[in-house]
Amino acid sequence: MSSSSIHAAAAAGATRRPAQPDAHGTRRRRLRKVLGPHPLGWLFSAPFLVFIAAIFAYPLGFAIYISFHDYFFTAPGVVVDQPFVGFDNYVRVFTDPKVLQSLGNIAIFVLINVPLTVVLSLVLAAALNSVVRFRTFLRVSYYVPYVTASVAVVGVWLFLFSGNGLVNQILGPLAPEPSWLSNASLAMPTIAFFVTWKELGFYILLYLAALQNVPKDLYEAAAMDGAGKVRSFFTVTVPGVRPATVLVLLLSTITGANLFTEPYLLTSGGGPNGASASPVLVMYQEGIEQGHPGYASAIGIVLVIAVLLIAFLQYRFAGGKER
Amino acid sequence: MSRTVPRRRRSTTAVSLTRTQAVVRGSVLALGAIAFLFPFYYMLIGSLQAEPDTSIAGAFPDPTNLTLGNYAAIDSRIDLWSGLVNSGIFTGGVLLCTVVFGMLAGYALAIMRWTGRGATFALTLLIQIVPFQLLLIPLYVLITRSYGLGDTYLGMILPFAINATAVIIFRQYFLQIPGELFDAARIDGAGEIGLLWRIAVPLVRPALVTVVLLTFIGPWNSYLWPFLVTKEAGMQPLAVSLANYISNVAASTANPFGATLAGAVVLAAPVVVLFIVFQRYFISTDIGSGVKG
Repeated sequence: MSSSSIHAAAAAGATRRPAQPDAHGTRRRRLRKVLGPHPLGWLFSAPFLVFIAAIFAYPLGFAIYISFHDYFFTAPGVVVDQPFVGFDNYVRVFTDPKVLQSLGNIAIFVLINVPLTVVLSLVLAAALNSVVRFRTFLRVSYYVPYVTASVAVVGVWLFLFSGNGLVNQILGPLAPEPSWLSNASLAMPTIAFFVTWKELGFYILLYLAALQNVPKDLYEAAAMDGAGKVRSFFTVTVPGVRPATVLVLLLSTITGANLFTEPYLLTSGGGPNGASASPVLVMYQEGIEQGHPGYASAIGIVLVIAVLLIAFLQYRFAGGKER
Repeated sequence: MSRTVPRRRRSTTAVSLTRTQAVVRGSVLALGAIAFLFPFYYMLIGSLQAEPDTSIAGAFPDPTNLTLGNYAAIDSRIDLWSGLVNSGIFTGGVLLCTVVFGMLAGYALAIMRWTGRGATFALTLLIQIVPFQLLLIPLYVLITRSYGLGDTYLGMILPFAINATAVIIFRQYFLQIPGELFDAARIDGAGEIGLLWRIAVPLVRPALVTVVLLTFIGPWNSYLWPFLVTKEAGMQPLAVSLANYISNVAASTANPFGATLAGAVVLAAPVVVLFIVFQRYFISTDIGSGVKG
């Protein structure tokens, strides 16, 4: 963009403006005053706005509405009494051992998955950022699990971690008994490990983008002061990508709270004895299998409030101050 | 890190590593690559084994134990073709809506000046943090019960129809186009639709590929939503029918692992190939800008 062309454009804009108001006169001008200089913008955005209203806004309100009612599934057009029950559904959420267990499970999941994700993706992104050879190959191989369907990779993990699967064959006498996914204390950690492995590539890409914004002269200054590679990783890289770290923390926590496919398939519905059930799995079982959508919506709302609370705390303590 | 003085002077030219550090970095990267790729290799090997071999030797191809029978076995249990076609229609519908409507919205948000533009952009950012689990039950009630769209493609497509991340990526790309181009074309008498079609769309073609890649993995891989709306086997996308096979039928098959892995290969292959071929459009900066807004 040369400055002369900007001037030319500005001049063109200046000469254009007074030439416009004329023929259709005041009505058109008033329309523009309400809708802005490009009223077509409304038309172009209309499908997206309708989508937001129909798929986000309305269902959101509807979720809150049904969580306060004893809601029933009915055929279209059939009117059934669906009484207002106040906070009954919410009280049930906090007293139902199944829900409490699933919340505990997800806490274990987040405690394993989130730190592991942050550390591994930052280390791999930093290493990847500094190599020249095999860069493309490595980048692609890191995000292949991320772009592949969970359902497909779950198949391999079932095979790898089954009773006499490859992992146990390698471990030999060290193999856990009962095996990983049917062991009450190992099922959730195995799922957490699976999800870390699967999603890591996405977070590596996020960190790679963030690493491009760390000023090069900071590394030079650190080296000048005698800092080695490891030292400058901790004093320059880690603080330099802090905004990305906050994002990775938030996104990986949200992914964790949305967990469904993995417990549903890896541990056949949150087994053993609900040791790997996630809140969304309980929502599915309660809301759709058992037909209590009001209760399931209440679980969803409690879960979302919990996630927002955790996200807020992460934002406060992981470095919102800088920005 | 104790370093000698001459070494320190040399390292002011930044990126120099000691030999050990280079070796450590190389092994970390290689270990990562193996950890990420091995399950895929194992998926392929496992899908070709006549007898499932879980021993360490089974991780290497054994010519006497190779078969394509697992692909036939899974195809006889779940119709692979109909699954692929359903996945294709579901994904294609989402892509079409996202590209057309997402591009229009991105263009309006970046180039045009209209009342409510700021609010619309704020909404676009906001809906990205609305978690799907909150919408799960009401959407299920609305789409399958109120609108009667259970077991239809429309019912599968609707919740994914316009990807907010795509809108943000399009907006980002349109913003990079110098405004003078539009001013010049407007002076030449081009209408807004002409501007979009003749000037903006050709200039954001790379964004188009990125958006298609990013949007593709949503519906193609998604399980929970299509699983809820499709009860009829003939309507199910491949991810759903394969998952049903894993959770229900697998126990009654001679080589359940082989058949499962064969299905997994069929489900994974299109995406993996797509992302290898177009890998240069799936780079950090686009994704970063998309997520950060």
